[in-house]
Amino acid sequence: MAEEADLLGQDSDGDSEEVVLTPAELIDRLEQAWMNEKFAPELLENKSEIVECVMEQLEHMEENLKRAKKGDLKVSIHQMEMERIRFVLSSYLRCRLMKIEKFFPHILEKEKTRREEEPSILSPEEFVFAKEFLANTETYLKDAALKHMPPNLQKVDLLRTVPKPDLDAYVFLRVKERQENILVEPESDEQRDYVIDLEEGSQHLIRYRTIAPLVASGAVQLI
Amino acid sequence: MESPELRFPTFDFRVLSSLYENEDLESSGRGDLIPTIKFRHCSLLRNRRCAVAYLYDRLLRIRALRWEYGSVLPSALRFHMSAEEMDWFNRYKKSLATYMRSLGGDEGLDITQDMKPPKSLYIEVRCLKDYGEFEVEDGTSVLLKKNSQVHGLPLWQHVSLVVVACGLCGMWTLGFVGRSLRLDETFVSQYHSINLG
Repeated sequence: MAEEADLLGQDSDGDSEEVVLTPAELIDRLEQAWMNEKFAPELLENKSEIVECVMEQLEHMEENLKRAKKGDLKVSIHQMEMERIRFVLSSYLRCRLMKIEKFFPHILEKEKTRREEEPSILSPEEFVFAKEFLANTETYLKDAALKHMPPNLQKVDLLRTVPKPDLDAYVFLRVKERQENILVEPESDEQRDYVIDLEEGSQHLIRYRTIAPLVASGAVQLI
Repeated sequence: MESPELRFPTFDFRVLSSLYENEDLESSGRGDLIPTIKFRHCSLLRNRRCAVAYLYDRLLRIRALRWEYGSVLPSALRFHMSAEEMDWFNRYKKSLATYMRSLGGDEGLDITQDMKPPKSLYIEVRCLKDYGEFEVEDGTSVLLKKNSQVHGLPLWQHVSLVVVACGLCGMWTLGFVGRSLRLDETFVSQYHSINLG
């Protein structure tokens, strides 16, 4: 939160090079969030503060470009950079929307049962989108098929019919902070649980379920 | 896409489902019907599951259409959709538009653009019609004459010109259109399919 105030409180100078924040770090964070979201089988916590800051950055860059003189090479390079950032941001948001649409009953159920202190996985706009999607699909199924069916069959339990995210999918990860004593549960009856340590900088292929909390806390990076 | 009409014969089901719900079945001496009813109920559930799976799969494809073709669907596709599916599509469109508008800045971010990473800065363009002077976003103007080839139009140009046909060698031909479009890599796929023939 303090960081957001920092990023938002800065003024951009007239010169397009010097801006008082660390745009490189912001873009880095965006790319990390993007990769995590792409490779995780479930919807991760929303990073709306990063999204907002990146949007602001893009606006500033666009304004600066308009003011800068027609030194063709510099303008082109900045434009290219802007397009790249815009692509990463769009891809990140698209990935989230796709997961919301895929798992919408489970996500909404989780949102309903979440306690007050826990942060929401969805941004407010995403929550509205998810609710509308649910209502839309339910209305459609009712109008297209269910209303023609006998009364005791007219309710379809979407929680049971829509597949859940597969948390046992394997993911590649790189360890950013050293972790000790991660309990790995057995997959089959012959195996027994064992404990592993994750060294910093090492890369692993592991079941998502085991390291899900580490992804949320930022201790590992999915690749 | 196949024809979307699917109607269930309601006659049999109503009779049997009312029998199923009748809790006095055993006492009324028709207990021997219970296995039949159970069997029938299972097949009803299976039929319903098949129907809902079919409809849901179509819904997913229609959703993909929004992402591929944009807000306005070609009439050939619209013809294949039922009225309820059109309603669903319109509501989905609206919901998506509201979400995109809320993303930040004045107009929000159109995330249905930029589907692929940007590859190059410029595109090549060949003109089909005589347009005259065309002012590029950064101020320089370009003369568009019939059959002339213009190299190096900046890729992110907003153009109010339409694609009349898309060249085989990867060059795009321009005509005229009513609205402004963003010239990017998905441009060709959108207009190629709409302007066929």
